[in-house]
Amino acid sequence: MSVIKPLPRWADLILLPFINLCTAFFVCGIVVYIIGENPWDALLVMLKGAFIYPGSLGYTLYYTTNFIFTGLAVATAFHAKLFNIGGEGQAYIGSLGVLLAAALFAQYLPSLLVIILCICCSALFGAAWAIIPGYLQAKRGSHIVITTIMFNFLASSLMVWLLSGILMEKGQQSPQSNLLPESIRLPKVQDAFEFLGVNISSSPMNLSFIVALIALLLFWILIWKTRLGYEIRAVGKNQDAATYAGINVSRIIIITMTISGAFAGLLAVNEVMGVQNRVILNYTAGYGFTGIAVALMGRNHPIGIFFASLLFGVLFQGGTELDFEFQSITRDMVLLIQGLIILFSGALAYMYNPTVSKIFSKIEKRSKKNG
Amino acid sequence: MARIKNIISGGDTACYILELQKISKSFGLVQANKNIDLQIEAGTIHGIIGENGAGKSTLMNILYGLHRADTGEMLIDGTKVKIKSSADALALGIGMVHQHFMLINRFSVLENVMLGSEGGSLLSSGKITTVKKLKELGQTFDMEVDPHALVSDLNVGMRQRVEILKALKGGAKILILDEPTGVLTPQEATQLFDILDKLRANGVTVLLITHKLAEIMAITDNVSIMRGGEIVGHRKTSDTDPQELAELMVGRKVLLNVEKPQAKPKEIALNVNSLGCFSSRGHKVLDDLTFHVKAGEILGIAGVSGNGQTPLMEILSGMRKPDEGYFEILGKKIDQDTKVSPFTMRENSIGHIPEDRHKHGLILEFEAYENMILGFHNTEMTGVGKLLDKNHMLAHATERMDEYDIRPRNPKLLASSFSGGNQQKIVVARELYRNPKLLIVGEPTRGVDVGAIEFIHKQLIKLRDQGCAIILVSVELDEILGLSDRILVMNKGQEVSTVDGEEANPKDLGLMMAGISQGASN
Amino acid sequence: MADFFLQILWTLDATLRVATPLILCAMAGIFSERSGIVDISLEGKLLSGAFVAATIASLTGSAWLGLSGAIIASVLMSLLHGFACITHKGDQVVSGVAINFLASGITVILGIAIFKRGGQTPTLNLNERFRPIELWFTESINNIPIIGTIYRELISGHSLLVYLALICVPLASFILYRSRFGLRLRAVGEAPIAVDSAGVSVTWVRYRALIIGGIFCGIAGAYLSISHGAFFLREMSAGKGYIALAAVIFGNWRPVRAFVACLLFGFLDAVTSRLQGVDLPIIGEIPSALMIALPYILTILLLSGFIGRPTPPSAIGVPYKK
Repeated sequence: MSVIKPLPRWADLILLPFINLCTAFFVCGIVVYIIGENPWDALLVMLKGAFIYPGSLGYTLYYTTNFIFTGLAVATAFHAKLFNIGGEGQAYIGSLGVLLAAALFAQYLPSLLVIILCICCSALFGAAWAIIPGYLQAKRGSHIVITTIMFNFLASSLMVWLLSGILMEKGQQSPQSNLLPESIRLPKVQDAFEFLGVNISSSPMNLSFIVALIALLLFWILIWKTRLGYEIRAVGKNQDAATYAGINVSRIIIITMTISGAFAGLLAVNEVMGVQNRVILNYTAGYGFTGIAVALMGRNHPIGIFFASLLFGVLFQGGTELDFEFQSITRDMVLLIQGLIILFSGALAYMYNPTVSKIFSKIEKRSKKNG
Repeated sequence: MARIKNIISGGDTACYILELQKISKSFGLVQANKNIDLQIEAGTIHGIIGENGAGKSTLMNILYGLHRADTGEMLIDGTKVKIKSSADALALGIGMVHQHFMLINRFSVLENVMLGSEGGSLLSSGKITTVKKLKELGQTFDMEVDPHALVSDLNVGMRQRVEILKALKGGAKILILDEPTGVLTPQEATQLFDILDKLRANGVTVLLITHKLAEIMAITDNVSIMRGGEIVGHRKTSDTDPQELAELMVGRKVLLNVEKPQAKPKEIALNVNSLGCFSSRGHKVLDDLTFHVKAGEILGIAGVSGNGQTPLMEILSGMRKPDEGYFEILGKKIDQDTKVSPFTMRENSIGHIPEDRHKHGLILEFEAYENMILGFHNTEMTGVGKLLDKNHMLAHATERMDEYDIRPRNPKLLASSFSGGNQQKIVVARELYRNPKLLIVGEPTRGVDVGAIEFIHKQLIKLRDQGCAIILVSVELDEILGLSDRILVMNKGQEVSTVDGEEANPKDLGLMMAGISQGASN
Repeated sequence: MADFFLQILWTLDATLRVATPLILCAMAGIFSERSGIVDISLEGKLLSGAFVAATIASLTGSAWLGLSGAIIASVLMSLLHGFACITHKGDQVVSGVAINFLASGITVILGIAIFKRGGQTPTLNLNERFRPIELWFTESINNIPIIGTIYRELISGHSLLVYLALICVPLASFILYRSRFGLRLRAVGEAPIAVDSAGVSVTWVRYRALIIGGIFCGIAGAYLSISHGAFFLREMSAGKGYIALAAVIFGNWRPVRAFVACLLFGFLDAVTSRLQGVDLPIIGEIPSALMIALPYILTILLLSGFIGRPTPPSAIGVPYKK
């Protein structure tokens, strides 16, 4: 019987995820075909909608910003082997932080300082919503998947109550908060470029994109370059060995969830400070769940997360275009493909391993014969 | 490979109850079994001896259908058979008692025995017949158990009985026992052998897999020796002796004792006083333990595994708090109120080589250089700055790998890629680097090849002579006898007796391990 | 007084109706989790079942065909879960989450493609649904004080699927504890290697556990859209699958206890609707958001060990590798 060698590193990190991705798209294409549309047309429309049409790149990157935040949240927790499904709720509560900071400081402090405070508070509030599930898992063994799902529902109830009640915009009937003061709204990219004398089409993309890139960098430094990161990864790979090494596993679980929630909370920086300029009902719109797909596809690595976020940015923006141009396709198609990507990049991530390994072995044997 | 002559006088050589022909099996790049030829006579106890990693378990798993051989044939009573699953093996009359019991703790004895042979889609009728059968078997072979007892309430010896009964109830004609005495006291092992005797008398064929020479000599009729995945010899037990078997096992002349200079103990490094602790279920696992260890000596702690050694090591290394009593380590007193962690212990010059390197000692998915600083990641071993210094860590790892001859010499390899012996060397290199004043060692040579065993034993003696106090916990009496200056025997969480290393012998130790002390001597 | 009595009966009546999908999904969850497979995808299976039931009932006019379709759809989802977790040893939680997304997406996509109503299916008339059934003797017992009322208002008058759900509890209990399959299933959830070494296929036991779960979820889904309701609406499962999972944990993975938990959650839901806008003495009006959040809060309290300690099957969540 032939011996199958392990795959080279590039195949493991790039080739297989790519094959998984193609499978997800292929299955999605079949569904498109079944409902009577041409998958290739749909794909083209999607790509055009994401990149070509005026303003589309901006829209794509605006979505990408969101996914970087939620993807980082899930990825951080994954490094400690924790499945944080609570990104939605944590991001939702994060917006409270922005409102609070704005309400307390906008009148008294220079706007740049307030903006920074708002960013910090969004992270802080997001972290706070994640600490409790983290604590419960660490100290009482409550399964974090279930608790974070529950906390999502709780956040939803809480925000409905607040937005229809004390936070509701004066004189309005629909649940949404007051507008943020102009001074602390993040400038959009087109405004920034205009300042430099360049004209580009408008889109919701704003300077929170820079915050997202900084977040990616901080994530990288944290996980691989700090001692805390070492401890997080140790806990994720082998809790017993971590204990042996003197690592306080409970403490690490709580800290990891805190950081995870903080990343999720930053979603408010883009949506609330940059785009909506207020908190609306369910502003998180499922971005928290997409973060799961992003983290899985990106293999919890900052570069992977960036590209996965970009991919989903394309999907969301392209998805809107699809909805617009095709009668029978709506944005729910994105939900489908999200599920397929989670399936093929997450649960079935190694499905193709044996086949690809065999192919590689055969290629190696053949080149040895010829070479 | 030439057919191995089988040296059995008389008897019918044409039809063995079990025959293996040219069985080979590889896992990836590792060849676990190479061209195995084996003939087992019916109604005998046949021993298969070899070191850890010789391929015995793989071979038995092939016999039992848990693995599929790459090449070769198996014959039962002269007929070729294909065993693709445990179901096939059971149908052919092969039963197996594994090293790690395959029992469901939450179930009763009855439910465990019925599993797989329930006798119908509803359980009610099967229960009645099984209770009857258990009684019958229990009486025939002197192995009675209460069918309604929960397995979690049974002790180890009883659990093993349940395993054997389960195999017999399934109609096994060939019973394979994989390292059955690892968890038994010598006296319990003798009871097991009595049972095997009765089985043999009733026509059951027994395959006894072990690495203990004494067992082979005590109970088997024939023995096959495995080394490096191959069968290197067959003998009739009465025609051979431990020395010959050991040499065949290892491939060269073996000193059954480690040469070591006389110890020169100095001041007391560790003082344990009435230490006690409870398990999560409320059982007392350490009971009023008192002993001391001096710098420059090795205290061996002997005992069957599960008698408190693990909690003791966890407490001494800071992984766990004592519930009663206290201990003084290098001047520091630690009791149930002291805040300790493995980190502070390491800071105080205490090293810990854990008994399970896969569970505690290493993170298999980390690279070697990351493992080389495990536990020391908050020290300057990882660099002086705020961030981890990768180059510094790589250099450190390379130096250690040179010093300890760890192969392959690549600090970026995942720990899982190293052999057992090399993995253990990584752990040893790490823990010994800062010259600890007290070293806690558990099962240092479990799953380690002979060359590495010798190396590690030498390191321990060297460390002792440099003035370190060493506590050595091991279930291998040979290791304890070979290395220890004093030996403390534990049973049920208590000290049974402490004896001098020179004067100890296996028989007395065995009695002590079963809880029978030697009176007031020593 | 009689009015108050009736109010209680109606609340309990509503409890039963709300708890039915929970009960069925909880039984499904017990089967799969007792065999060692974490099942986050109860929600997705519920939703898929609801969609297929409503679609087929609408297209064929038959509620029974709708029910069958729902069961098939749910079983297919279970098989997908099994394919990912058992055959390919994938992460069970990830697979469950994926299936939930798939269900959310595909139910709406197909719904729009077939009916073009933004994801909703056409409203079914009474013949295409499972109507409430009046049990035997209702007329004759009616005149007996108290018991007659209880029988009429609480026990009789439910749809077939509600009675089916109630039967499923002792059925699940029987299968789990008195059958050979149940013994093997429980064994697989505790120590799959013991089962393997006894000559029983772990894979086949787990697949069957998932299939049974799929059947239960399918019935639950059908109940939502063609019995309790009259059409499918996007995301109509509204988290019931997660509540069912919470009930499984609440019930310590035992059918009867999980059943009680489902009734409790159903009761909370029923009481919430009743108390909306009602001023209670001292407390005043309870915000509906709080009532809605109550099941979730209770689950969290349970999981934190403040109300008892859960003891899950020992081998849960770990793919079996030989």
